[in-house]
Amino acid sequence: MTQLPLATSFLQDQSFLDILYIVAFGLFIQGLRGLSGPTTAVRGNRIAAVGMGIAVIATLLNRLEGNWGLIVLGIALGTAVGVPAARQVKMTAMPQMVALFNGVGGGAVFLISWSEFRLTHGYMSTPTYVAIFSLFAAIVGSVSFWGSNIAFGKLQEIIPGRPISFGSAQQIVNLALLILAVAAGVDVAAGDHSEAIFIGMLVCAALLGNAVVLPIGGADMPVVISLLNAFTGLSAAATGIALDNPALIVAGMIVGASGTILTNLMATAMNRSIPAIVAGGFGGGGAVEGASGAGEHAGTVRSTSAADAAIQLAYANRVVIVPGYGMAVAQAQHAVRELTKELEKRQVEVSYAIHPVAGRMPGHMNVLLAEADVPYDQLREMDDANPEFQRTDVSLVIGANDVTNPAAKNTPSSPIYGMPILEVADSQSVIVIKRSMNPGFAGIENELYFDPKTAMLFGDAKSAVSEITAELANI
Amino acid sequence: MILASTLTTNLAILVLAGFIGFVVISKVPNTLHTPLMSGTNAIHGIVLLGGLLVVGLAGNGTFNKIILVVAIAFGTINVVGGFLVTDRMLEMFKSKPKLPVGAGKGKDDDGDEAA
Repeated sequence: MTQLPLATSFLQDQSFLDILYIVAFGLFIQGLRGLSGPTTAVRGNRIAAVGMGIAVIATLLNRLEGNWGLIVLGIALGTAVGVPAARQVKMTAMPQMVALFNGVGGGAVFLISWSEFRLTHGYMSTPTYVAIFSLFAAIVGSVSFWGSNIAFGKLQEIIPGRPISFGSAQQIVNLALLILAVAAGVDVAAGDHSEAIFIGMLVCAALLGNAVVLPIGGADMPVVISLLNAFTGLSAAATGIALDNPALIVAGMIVGASGTILTNLMATAMNRSIPAIVAGGFGGGGAVEGASGAGEHAGTVRSTSAADAAIQLAYANRVVIVPGYGMAVAQAQHAVRELTKELEKRQVEVSYAIHPVAGRMPGHMNVLLAEADVPYDQLREMDDANPEFQRTDVSLVIGANDVTNPAAKNTPSSPIYGMPILEVADSQSVIVIKRSMNPGFAGIENELYFDPKTAMLFGDAKSAVSEITAELANI
Repeated sequence: MILASTLTTNLAILVLAGFIGFVVISKVPNTLHTPLMSGTNAIHGIVLLGGLLVVGLAGNGTFNKIILVVAIAFGTINVVGGFLVTDRMLEMFKSKPKLPVGAGKGKDDDGDEAA
């Protein structure tokens, strides 16, 4: 907080800088308020971007003696990578993109802590609290960086999406890594200036990030991505305290709050606790139980053809489409939109019911459908959609599974019992588009498929939907 | 005492920002959660400032420089990429409610060319 003489330049006055930071975080908050609805959201995002521009320019002006070559190089590299990535990413690949951006943020945080450590020769003459927050940021940032990269690898299918774990030793390994990382941090904060210890701490945190995310299966990704988002935010806020920078504190904390809210929402929508998901139990023990429980349900499955499905849909008054991850995998969103248009021509009322954890990240389905030009007001959240199923003639389930399973309501022994579902079984009839009878991620048979009013249309979501649309044209 | 008050002031900011964050983010509908995540990705790109501040301390040594350049590059990817991709997504949501099917379509096909 050194106050330079006014004569130097008001640009380098700390108070002036702080005022610009306050303007910046004010704009962040105002921008995020815009995200409360689709019409104000674009402007909100741009307001936040302006805030960011002000914060960056203010910092650069204040550091007139700074190392310009390095700054320009860093910003140029970042822009060269970030802009094409943001422009070209497909909407179906959004979860990977968010995971990657998240990881990069965590990476920046732990690198900044590391260079702080080096430049102060191990926090030699800094207050202890600065060291503590900087070390916290280093650990959490490193966990977030590696965890997000593993999440990216899984979503991009570079790493198998199945849970990979050390079995029962997993918890012990995780706990040991956490204790080691924290112990190293405490040692450094207590005055050990050894860089080896600091690097050891980063390595333990890195291993922890890997060990936590590797055992988590694909369908739990919405929770994990949200959690990592919260981590990156909190680590940025800690960096803000270490560097005495209010803009960083506010922005980091808001991101932390956002990530925490999303994590809770996702966990609630799966009826699972966050610790249970992080422990990675679902893909293991629960699945076996579920699979064995399925035997008693060996009823008959009725399969249908695209032509029959088309007739059923054409003569309905009200159709609800339930999209799931299968729609994203098959990139079927445009085909689905075409089908909807064809139905609307026939005065069929169509809406979309979207489960909070459908897909691989919060809001994944909504983005795909928006990309395909589906009107915003046709997208229904679970609580609004459920009462409407009773007056729905046909529910068309496209690549969604566990989120429609009535076992969550009816079978107390089921591993997913208690999870809120889309009550598709309440509608007059159900058509399920699915590649095969393989159970979903949770490894649980879906009772819905054995319901007499359900017809299965086997095939890839995109081609099946296109076939129905083609058949509709012939009616 | 000066140090202590800096810390407590910053902690006050931290706590208040947390509460404001909860209030503001709670109002975001489920439908916009993906843009919310990419938007908050962009906002935590503010760690870029951390990189800029530390680089100002003018560290010597090649390794210090490499770390900081990478940190600044990472932060920039977050900021630039995050805001751009969020904008792209939100544009898709925005044009939908009012425009008739045909009018909205031409616009969206542009956004699709990458696919």
